Amino acid sequence: MKRYQNIWMILAVILLSALPLWIVKKPVPCMNGREAEIFTGADDKAKEIVGSISPGYKPWFRSVMEPPSGEIGSLLFALQAAAGAGFLGYWYGCSKTRAKQDKAIRKEIRC
Amino acid sequence: MHIMEGFLPVKHAIGWSAVSAPFVAYGLYTINRRIKEQPEQRMLLGVAAAFTFVLSALKLPSVTGSCSHPTGTGLGAILFGPTAMAPIGMVVLLFQAVLLAHGGITTLGANIFSMAIAGPFAAAAIFRIARSIRVPFGFSVFIAASLADLLTYLTTSAQLAFAFPDPSGGFTASFVKFATLFAITQIPLAISEGLLTVVVMNALTRFNSKELKEMKIISIQGAKA
Repeated sequence: MKRYQNIWMILAVILLSALPLWIVKKPVPCMNGREAEIFTGADDKAKEIVGSISPGYKPWFRSVMEPPSGEIGSLLFALQAAAGAGFLGYWYGCSKTRAKQDKAIRKEIRC
Repeated sequence: MHIMEGFLPVKHAIGWSAVSAPFVAYGLYTINRRIKEQPEQRMLLGVAAAFTFVLSALKLPSVTGSCSHPTGTGLGAILFGPTAMAPIGMVVLLFQAVLLAHGGITTLGANIFSMAIAGPFAAAAIFRIARSIRVPFGFSVFIAASLADLLTYLTTSAQLAFAFPDPSGGFTASFVKFATLFAITQIPLAISEGLLTVVVMNALTRFNSKELKEMKIISIQGAKA
């Protein structure tokens, strides 16, 4: 039962992340012919709001290092996710094997 | 929830760093003490940190047409208490600020406060309250993690509104602007984060029930959600 619960929850997460891709329609290109972008980062949009509230504000510090391209950026994000997921997988594998071995030992003792 | 590099006035940047620093220091102290006393919990600490690494790297699309990411701090806060998450969150935020130009060094203090202090404290408190009024275990984990995620983004909105009050409407008008962007985008992601936290917690109760009982996360008699 528990195992199915996890599968349902993971399916729900996939649906929650995939549905917006269908629901949100790409807006028509603006007057200047520039294609409107969707699914940009909320953090970047916050910058625009700051600009609209206090147009005079100038950021007083620049990033020390900027990924040279979007690809390098996604490489680093992928590395971060891979490091985390790798450890979670290691823990899951270890735990599952240990549980299995414990069960086998208990069975042997009983026999 | 990352406030971009340079996008907080100097005073605010220094202020938030000063607020967050003691939490990080105390968090390091509690983690060290716990690992020394109960070395077998190292693996669980790794799981909590790894979960934050994965979730905060995933930028997911939302119904508002913006992308944002979950925080993953709820799990660790429930397991190890809120202060333990401050240094873990700092590692993630520092990595993203230095290498990815995502967030920033000048805004690190403010970002630590929203993601690694406000969120975790909310998660731990909500989990405690929910359990004390006998909300089922799984659902307590779910609401604690999702509300903590949402609260992280509301904190960011408040921090930005505090730094950039609207010329006519003041703090409130500005907060509404930032919160509509951040919090509404975040609602589906917060639900996802809650669900994923329950998935990991289910696995933890299955494989690490001994440690969870020691940590008084699950009761001795019935551990089932």
